Amino acid sequence: MVSLKVNGRTHSVDVDDDTPLLWAIRDNLGLTGTKFGCGVAQCGACTVFMDGKPLRSCVTPVSAVGDAEITTIEAISGKEVDAVQAAWTARDVPQCGYCQSGQVMSAVALLMENKKPSDGDIDLAMNGNLCRCATYVRIRAAIHDAARTLEG
Amino acid sequence: MQAPLLHAILAGAGLCLAGTALTSAQTTRQAAPAASLRSAESFSTIANQRDRSVALFGEIGTVLQHPRCMNCHPATECPRQADAKRLHQPLVVRGKDGHGAPGLECATCHGKQNFDPARIPGDGHWALAPASMAWEGKSLGQICEQLKDPNRNGSRDLAAIVKHVTSDTLVLWAWNPGPGRVPAPGSNAQFGALMQAWVDTGAACPAS
Ligand code: FES
Ligand code: FES
Repeated sequence: MVSLKVNGRTHSVDVDDDTPLLWAIRDNLGLTGTKFGCGVAQCGACTVFMDGKPLRSCVTPVSAVGDAEITTIEAISGKEVDAVQAAWTARDVPQCGYCQSGQVMSAVALLMENKKPSDGDIDLAMNGNLCRCATYVRIRAAIHDAARTLEG
Repeated sequence: MQAPLLHAILAGAGLCLAGTALTSAQTTRQAAPAASLRSAESFSTIANQRDRSVALFGEIGTVLQHPRCMNCHPATECPRQADAKRLHQPLVVRGKDGHGAPGLECATCHGKQNFDPARIPGDGHWALAPASMAWEGKSLGQICEQLKDPNRNGSRDLAAIVKHVTSDTLVLWAWNPGPGRVPAPGSNAQFGALMQAWVDTGAACPAS
C-alpha cells in the first residue's frame, strides 16, 4: 500500500513501489484526464503537478512522491488556469484533444513562472509536449492570449 | 509499452548548433561493457614526476571525456544524451541556473534516482554543469587547465576538486547510470585515486 496525496485528498493505493504515478492516477484513482502517450518522458501527455511544479507522471514511481501534493488536470485552479482555459476555449485549441491536458498543465506551469513569455520561452517550455494533430500554432497563440489576460 | 512518439519540432530552436538525427531518448540497444581504468600505482614506473602527473591526467581524461560526464558539460545551451552523445530529446536548455527552462526543468522528468523501467536517469540535483565548465570540443589540456582554475571551477582548490569528484552524487551517478548506458570507466574509487595521485604529483596538465 502506498499513500498518495492527490487533488487535496490522501489515498491508499494498492500498487508496487515502482509503479509509475500515472498508472496509480488513472487505474487506481480513476482520474483519466491525465493521459498515457509514450511512457518514456517524450510526449508530455502525462503531466501533473507535484508541489506545484510540472512532472511527467509516467516516469515517476509512486515511491518518489512521498508526502508531495499531486495535482491533476481535474483539480488545477488559480488565475493562470482560468486564463489558459479561457484562451484555449476562445482559440479552439484542441483538435482530437488527446495531448491537451498535458499541454494545459505545461502552459499553466510556464505562466506561473513567466508572466510574459516570448515565442522562444513558450517553445522551450512546451517542447516536451507533443501534439499529433499539430496544434502548436494555436497553443502558442493561446498562451500569449492568456499572458495578456493575466497582465490585466 | 507503445513505441515512443517521434517528434520534429526541434527545427528553429537554434540553441544547440550541431545538427543531429532525431531519435528517441529510449534505446533498446544494450550498452557495451564499461572500460577499465589503470590504477594510480601503475604510473609509478614513470620516473619524472611531471611526466607522471601528465600521464595520470591522460587516464583521468578517459572518464572526463566519457559520454556519462561529457553529455552534461556541453559547449552549447543543450545537453546531449546516450552513448552516441546525441542532442537531448526533447530539446532542453541550461536555463538560468543549469536546471532547465521555466516550464520544462530537468526535474520535470529526472527524479532523485534512476527510473529503470523507462530508462530515465536521475539524481537529487540533476543539472547541467555551468557554462564555465563546458568540456565539449575542448582538448584534454584545456579541460585540465579549466578544472584547476578557481575562476571557472566554482572556487575550488585541488583538494576540493578531489572531494567533489569522489562525493558529489551526480558525479558518482556516472558509475551507476542504469540500463542502456555504459558506465564511466573503472570505479569511482579508482578515479578518485588517480585524481589524488595527479594532485600529489603537482597537477600537471597535458600540452594539448
Ligand atoms: S506518457 Fe509521460 S511523457 Fe509521454
Ligand atoms: S490535439 Fe490531438 S494530439 Fe494534440
